[in-house]
Order: sequence, then structure tokens, then C-alpha cells
Amino acid sequence: MKEPVKEQTVELTVNGDNYEINVHPLKRLLDVLREDLKLTGTKEGCGEGECGACTIHFDGEPALACMIPVCQADGAEITTIEGLSSDGRLSLVQEAFHQEGGTQCGICTPGMIMSATYYIDNPDSAENMREALAGNQCRCTGYKRIFDSVEEAFKNK
Amino acid sequence: MKPYLEDYAVINPDSEREVAEILADDPEVIPLAGGTDLFVSLKNGVLPPSAFLNMKSCPDFEKEPELTDSELILEPLTTISDVRYDEDANRFRLLYEACKNLSVISIQNLATWAGNVANASPCANGAAALMAYDATLELAGVEGTREVKLTQFYRGYKELKMEKEEYIRRIKVPRPEPGWKEYYRDVGPREYQAISKTLLAGRIQLGRGEEVNDVRLVAGSVYPHTLKLRQTEDYLRGRELTEETIDAACEKLQEEIQPVDDVRSNRQYRRRVTENMLREFLQESRPL
Repeated sequence: MKEPVKEQTVELTVNGDNYEINVHPLKRLLDVLREDLKLTGTKEGCGEGECGACTIHFDGEPALACMIPVCQADGAEITTIEGLSSDGRLSLVQEAFHQEGGTQCGICTPGMIMSATYYIDNPDSAENMREALAGNQCRCTGYKRIFDSVEEAFKNK
Repeated sequence: MKPYLEDYAVINPDSEREVAEILADDPEVIPLAGGTDLFVSLKNGVLPPSAFLNMKSCPDFEKEPELTDSELILEPLTTISDVRYDEDANRFRLLYEACKNLSVISIQNLATWAGNVANASPCANGAAALMAYDATLELAGVEGTREVKLTQFYRGYKELKMEKEEYIRRIKVPRPEPGWKEYYRDVGPREYQAISKTLLAGRIQLGRGEEVNDVRLVAGSVYPHTLKLRQTEDYLRGRELTEETIDAACEKLQEEIQPVDDVRSNRQYRRRVTENMLREFLQESRPL
């Protein structure tokens, strides 16, 4: 019978690159991304699933990296904020946030853009834009410019 | 804040049989499904040293819900989103409403139905909707499986009628018969990403004489566990939905619920709003 382990090998595909790492199986995917893979674009806010700062795409769907033990990410395909731009060009949503001033201090921005990107690609996934972004909290902008940014991205889709 | 992990370990089972054997060998091992409750507990330092059974590593467990001629079957890895976006499963309207009201999409994509039931929060959206459909749990262990009605599953705050050697193998939701009216309302401080102050899930079927033929009423956040309102249901069966009947049903409701004051709400608010929801549901259900 299998014994409990405190270290295991996990395979991840992050932004198209394959990784194999030895870690504690309960290490948060957030910490693996930031510490082991040095992808610090994904932020930690509350660390308990309420603020959305750590939103990534997990097997194609938005999910909170602070809630995922890395043992449950074995074999997963992950996209982080670093994976949205290509050839040095911002993605549609990143460009809209830049143009519309949808960011201030920047802590919520990566998670906000990950949620917005999924919604723009999958508009039936939420009742409306407010639901799509309801899991992402911002303490700077008052949200108007964020919503303006998402609407602008929709227009340019 | 990063949780301290050295007191914790994980077992990655390879088969359903192994899951049962591991739990039989050490009943203190905790099944880990979606993980959305785990890190809140780890962060708050309320978990004793434990080993977790990573249900996701078991290839025998499915994720997709399955609709048969008689029931909808949810597996150990079926997430809230797997029901919300499934065209067969989301026709169970109360399940769909529970999905939309459970936190936010980025949590719905991780959290599982089995976890929602087993975590046994009194305010669980999923458990309330499942109970209103008379869902049955298939519990599994080394001795085999047995079934228990979700309405019989809770016996106190976070106390389950399930042995530690068992886990929830399937949740079976009978297909609803036509002719029932359904109601789901969850009252929180904001529309999304909010834990319920109170919630009510209801289903009602009127007879030809406009009397209540049958009814299901389930309340959340007003009792130590998700509560089937048996006395209120019993009172309503066979009665015409007059104003007097509705008033009396509301009195029954007040006798059954035991809300408390806590960080999310207080008992007076919960009593008043739960009654308002029952009244709304019954009045909406009256024949025109």
C-alpha cells in the first residue's frame, strides 16, 4: 500500500514549457510558480481564495493558484500572465488595460487580466462581465476603468 | 502567507480499491478533492498533523456528470463548473442556481460537489440544492458500498453519518418529475463571491384541487447543518395555499430553524429573511 509522502515529482506545462520538479505535494501552485519557476507575475493577495490576485488558467479554465496543491496539478497545462504576450507584443486584453488605464498599483492586474481573457474568449461562461470579474478585487481603481478596459478589448476582438 | 507544510503529507492512490484500503488502514487520512477548503484551514493553522488522500490521482474517478434515464450521477471529482456548463446536468435548475451562487467562477472550476457535501458547512449551496432533489449518497469502503439519503446524512455541526473509513463515491440525483415549481434564493452581502446569510431551496407540486400534493423545503445558514424543513413540509402537504396556510407555514418554519449571531449576520435578520423567502416561494406557487 502506498505510504504518505512529503516530496514528489510533478510534471507541469506552463506557458508551453515543460517542467519536472521535486516538491512537497501540498506546496501551493502559486508558490511553485513564483519560487520554483521564477514566474512572479502571478501575485498573492489574500492567500485564501477571496481576492483573485493569483488567478491563472488551469487546464484552460480560470482558477486560483493559492487553492491548488501542486500534487493536483501533476500533468496540468497552465497559463500565467507571462504567457499571454507573444513576440514582445501585449495580448488584446493587456493592450486594452494599458490604453484605458485599467491598472494602478498593479497587484490585482495579472489576475484581473487572466479572468478577463477567459471571459472574452468564452462569453457564455458568465452571466455578464461583472460576474466574470467578481472574483478579482481591486482596491485602487474603483473598477470603472477595468470594466472600460474589458469592453474595449471586446470591441477590438 | 505560505502555510507550514512539514506536518502534512499526501498519498496518491492508483485505484478505487486502494482508496478504500488506505482509509481502512488509517481512518485519520483525509480525502482531498477540490482543495478549496484545505488552504483556508492550513492558513488558519486549525488542522492537526494529517495525511491527505489525493482523490485526483485515482484514475477510477470521473469528472464529468452522467445523466441516466433515472438520475444524474456526480463523481468524486465532479466540480461545480462541470454541472454548471453541462447541458444535461444544468437542467436541474436548483443545481444550476447553486452553482452560480457558490463563490466565483475561479473557485467553481476547482470545488467539487462531494467536497461541498462532506465539508458540511451549514451554508453549503450545493448540499441545499441536492437535498431539495432528494439526492442519495453512495458511500464506499473496503466492505463495499452503501447508500444513505442526504436528508439523513447530517447529525450536527460538521457531524456526518459516515464512518471515517468511508468516502463519498457517488451522488445520485433523481430526475425531477414534471409539474414541480422550484425556488432557490441565496441572500449574501453581495451578488457574487459571498457566503450566504441565509438560503432557501424549495420544490412544490400542487394537486388538481390546488392543494399541496408534495413539497421539499431546505434551508441553509439557519441551523448547525443544512436543514430539511420537515415540519413545515408536513404542515403544507394536503393544504390549499391560502394566506392562512402560508402564515401558518411560516410559523412552523420559525419553530424549526435555529439561527445564530455570527460574523455574517444575526439571528433576527436570518429569521425574518428566511421567512420572507418561504412566503415569496409559496405565494409565487399559488395558482393564478
